[in-house]
Amino acid sequence: MNSLLILPIVIPMITAALMLLAYRRAMPQRLMGLIGSVIQLIIAFVLLGLVYQNGIQAIQIGGWQAPFGITIVADILSALMLCLSGVIGVASALYSLADIDRERRVYGFYPLMQILLMGVNGAFLTGDIFNLYVWFEVMLIASFVLLVLGNERRQMEGAIKYLTLNLISSAIFLSAVGILYGSVHALNMADLAQKLPTVPQPMIITLAMLFLVAFGIKAAVFPLFFWLPDSYHTPPTTVTALFAGLLTKVGVYSMFRVFTLLFVENVDYTHGLIMIIAGFTMVIGVLGAMAQMEIRRVLAFHSVSQVGYMVMGLGLFSIASIAGGIFFVLHHSLVKSNLFLISGIVQQHAGTTELKKLGNQIARDPLLAALFLVSALSLAGLPPLSGFWAKLALVQAGFEVGGTGSYGGYIIIGVSLAVGLCTLISMTKIWNEAFWKPLPDTALPPPPPMTLARKVLMFTPVFFLTALIVALGLMPDPLLHLVNEAANQLMNKGQYIRAVLGEPHESAGS
Amino acid sequence: MNLLMAIVVGVLYATGLFMILRRSIVKLVFGLSLLSHGTNLLIFTAGGLTRGRPSLIPEGQLTIEQPYADPISQALILTAIVISFAVLAFSVVLLYRVYQTIGTEDMDKLRAPDS
Repeated sequence: MNSLLILPIVIPMITAALMLLAYRRAMPQRLMGLIGSVIQLIIAFVLLGLVYQNGIQAIQIGGWQAPFGITIVADILSALMLCLSGVIGVASALYSLADIDRERRVYGFYPLMQILLMGVNGAFLTGDIFNLYVWFEVMLIASFVLLVLGNERRQMEGAIKYLTLNLISSAIFLSAVGILYGSVHALNMADLAQKLPTVPQPMIITLAMLFLVAFGIKAAVFPLFFWLPDSYHTPPTTVTALFAGLLTKVGVYSMFRVFTLLFVENVDYTHGLIMIIAGFTMVIGVLGAMAQMEIRRVLAFHSVSQVGYMVMGLGLFSIASIAGGIFFVLHHSLVKSNLFLISGIVQQHAGTTELKKLGNQIARDPLLAALFLVSALSLAGLPPLSGFWAKLALVQAGFEVGGTGSYGGYIIIGVSLAVGLCTLISMTKIWNEAFWKPLPDTALPPPPPMTLARKVLMFTPVFFLTALIVALGLMPDPLLHLVNEAANQLMNKGQYIRAVLGEPHESAGS
Repeated sequence: MNLLMAIVVGVLYATGLFMILRRSIVKLVFGLSLLSHGTNLLIFTAGGLTRGRPSLIPEGQLTIEQPYADPISQALILTAIVISFAVLAFSVVLLYRVYQTIGTEDMDKLRAPDS
């Protein structure tokens, strides 16, 4: 039963291997990509059901008992993130069928996409801090290649920044793991959680800061986000949607994991700092977005801004706020991937995504305009869409924390609501410029209309994601319940430790 | 020995970061590789330096006595070396392609991607 845990890692690996066997042939690769992604999605949901009913599941790879071997653990947070990666995987696999040109396919786009999913799933599942580093690298190498595939000049220029900053982040992460191992002599996260309180405070703070910087670069928080807006608009839309939906989320997930399980001794300092970072991330991101005049760059800056909300949930550090943060992660991935996919269709319709050269798209394609509006309003947090519930949960949690006498809660609520308003302004800008205003003189001659098959392939994933966003907005209760359970598990780390290391009397001997 | 290693790691980090901050793309690659070497040595040092005591169980015994060199940090470094080799290979190819496409190795000649 427990071997189900390993499947989200194994299935993309097998899919990628099979694709490599059919390296020169397009049709088998596309079919396999689609089938593999759908299987991943199904397994993720089965796993979520299993974890919800039976509590945290763990499996020791190779039969080596924890803390000596590598442990694969799934709690509700991991399972939810796997469902997310499944959903985004299916949507991108479908969209890629129309979006990816021959050159990119020949150089292995489809296998790389599966490898990327494998790295992401592995990072969500592992219970070992060094293994987390390895999954980060798997994911990174796949993302490097996906980013430069196609050899366009601007891709290269964005990729150098992305590569350098991510390699520095990896070096910091690895140093932190090394120092952590040197001071605690453990790598298993549950084992670390037990042993870390014996380490002197200054050492713990140092380690916490190293991890904060390493994951902060991946998650694109305030002073460390510069790689994101410069690389997200260069590759094909499928890749951008995949990156926006999953890559920064892996950084945010790792922060949630590490700062609820390991570094919880000095909450005032570490989580206070996280909250300040969250505030700056929100404000700087949204201000950056306002200055941009290209759809994908606006969206990329909003990605930065929205990461601030997720991290704010962690910074407030209560069960309700962490639940809100997780809800926000899920909501944002769906919405942002969807917006990027829509920007790809705009590109197909008008030949550009420069707002100055766009106009009157509402007459060109009213359906697309409607789909954009749903996602854009959800991103801004208007009821009754998914973003509203995510922000409501965070604001409520902020009031609870503020009510206990720390004014940080109130300040961050004020900041987040103001940023929400700016998000709305910026979404209205895209709406006005791209969809509403008359076609400007500078507009490019429209490219030939899409074939029907292409249109179906591009619109289906957008419909799929929009349906999920609306469903989450109209019926948020099941998911709110789930994220609350997930936050409960995160805040009561005893459950996690027991699931990995076994009952205390068993592990006493080892 | 610990002090010496600490200085070596510090020098590697400092030179690595200095190289990354230079304008030449080639120096960027050198910087990244120095940084990963520094990290490997850091893991090695942080795991504890033990001279002349390999982590092998002597013949006829079932357990090993302290002190012995920690095999875990060695295993971590081995994994990290393999990964950094792969990443380095990729970055060399990427930078070569950048050089071919743009025809310069000066980072300042790269356009800001938004222009």
